[in-house]
Amino acid sequence: MDTFLHQLLSGLANGGIYASIGLALVMIFQATHHINFAQGEQAMFSAYIALTLIQAGVPYWAAFLIALAFAFIAGVAIERVVVRQFDNAPVLAVVVVFLGMLFIINSLAGWLFTYNVQAFPSPFPVGLGSKFLSAHEIGMIGVTLVTLAVVYAFFRFTPLGLAMRAAAQNPEASRLVGIRVGWMLALGWGLAGAIGAVAAIMAAPIVYIEPNMMAGILLYGFAAALLGGINNPWGAAVGGFIVGVAENLAGAYVVGTELKLSVALVIIIVVLVTKPAGLFGRTVVTRV
Amino acid sequence: MSALLELKGVNAAYGQSQVIYDLNLSVADGGITALLGANGAGKTTTLRTICNMRVRCSGTITFAGKKIDGLQTEDIVRRGIAHVPDGRGTFVHLTVEENLVLGAYSRRDRAAVAQDMERVFGYFPRLRERIAQQAGTLSGGEQQMLAIARALMLRPRLLLLDEPSFGLAPLIVQEIFRILNRINTEDGVSMLLVEQNANLALSLAHDVYLLETGRVVLNGPAAQVRNDDSARRAYLGY
Repeated sequence: MDTFLHQLLSGLANGGIYASIGLALVMIFQATHHINFAQGEQAMFSAYIALTLIQAGVPYWAAFLIALAFAFIAGVAIERVVVRQFDNAPVLAVVVVFLGMLFIINSLAGWLFTYNVQAFPSPFPVGLGSKFLSAHEIGMIGVTLVTLAVVYAFFRFTPLGLAMRAAAQNPEASRLVGIRVGWMLALGWGLAGAIGAVAAIMAAPIVYIEPNMMAGILLYGFAAALLGGINNPWGAAVGGFIVGVAENLAGAYVVGTELKLSVALVIIIVVLVTKPAGLFGRTVVTRV
Repeated sequence: MSALLELKGVNAAYGQSQVIYDLNLSVADGGITALLGANGAGKTTTLRTICNMRVRCSGTITFAGKKIDGLQTEDIVRRGIAHVPDGRGTFVHLTVEENLVLGAYSRRDRAAVAQDMERVFGYFPRLRERIAQQAGTLSGGEQQMLAIARALMLRPRLLLLDEPSFGLAPLIVQEIFRILNRINTEDGVSMLLVEQNANLALSLAHDVYLLETGRVVLNGPAAQVRNDDSARRAYLGY
């Protein structure tokens, strides 16, 4: 029973990471109808920024916030400089651009920070840990929940959040009420980048930091987004926790840890075949 | 009356296909101008040209004495031109209240916005009953009302209306046109009204332009066009 509880809770902790990445993916998808394959690499790069600062003696939480600010600005810049050039481009062209960014950021990180696997510090005191969860896992759940709550409150209760939702839903009508749609999309990219950075910085002490650290996590995040519904941000967050628990339990009792990643792929395939809109998504019907 | 909106020698095209040819049109300050014509005459394109909505255009457009052609849609809107597009352009996944709040997005005078919300509910009491409902779940007439209400939240000087009667029951249409008349007389909002229903438009408008394949073929005071039998039969079909 103890092992089961441990696996369940630590699945929730990992799930928080997938929820954050899933949320970031969905935010971009809602605005652009594309999956940002470079989301994980953007997050990884921001984690390196945090690590570099920490190694230079900057206090952890200061480094954390600076890395978030970096991720936000980088996200905005990517939208303004790269993504908007492909506004009316065919889907495949955009996919190639996103994959290109993935490899560019990945190589840039390898070049700047080496491909060596490095340890990443955790800010949570060991005393916080318990029988079932390590201190870092508990802190990670807390940070994830705070992040989700802040993002929710931003979109639900602030005029800027409302304008961003409007711009993603109906750009033309948004312009007609005076919303600067281009900037709203850029802000969305910035916000998604910052959320991804939180996920990477929280994941790094567990998976260690190296340029490819986000490859598996992005896959789980993608599974989370699809499971919850690719057009429902809160569905994606819930999906993240479900995927985290499913992955951990399957790893412990069914397929073994080596095959854990295949759980994400199985979820993706099953969702796409049986319920493409996801658990909480809307089915989009297009009149032709 | 002086002209609030003036188009001079405007040509407009989507890509390579030109839709509007050498259009001269004006809307008097405080007036209602109707733009009539058959399908494909260029009525909707005229409105989209004024707001620079993905239309390529040449010629000059002035609003309140200032040149607005070439400005971004959002900047044109911020100068006080509210556009109720065809298909209504409401945010169907947002609530009625959120739609109205968005209508006032570019304004910074919070207190006046709250007052305007009340004023808009005065015109459209049904929207108050539906305040927390998703816009997509409203009836067609209510959505049209919401679209007009949202446009009013900008506190515009000019309202561009693209077929507000489209697809609605006659009683609802009458109600909407009564309210448009009140908005014009009580709040002094000028209007450029695109309609296929000529009779209805002539009853509300002060001035009329008739478009045929992108060119103005008739223009004058509404009363005059209403009484000109030959023009009515030739162009308006009744």
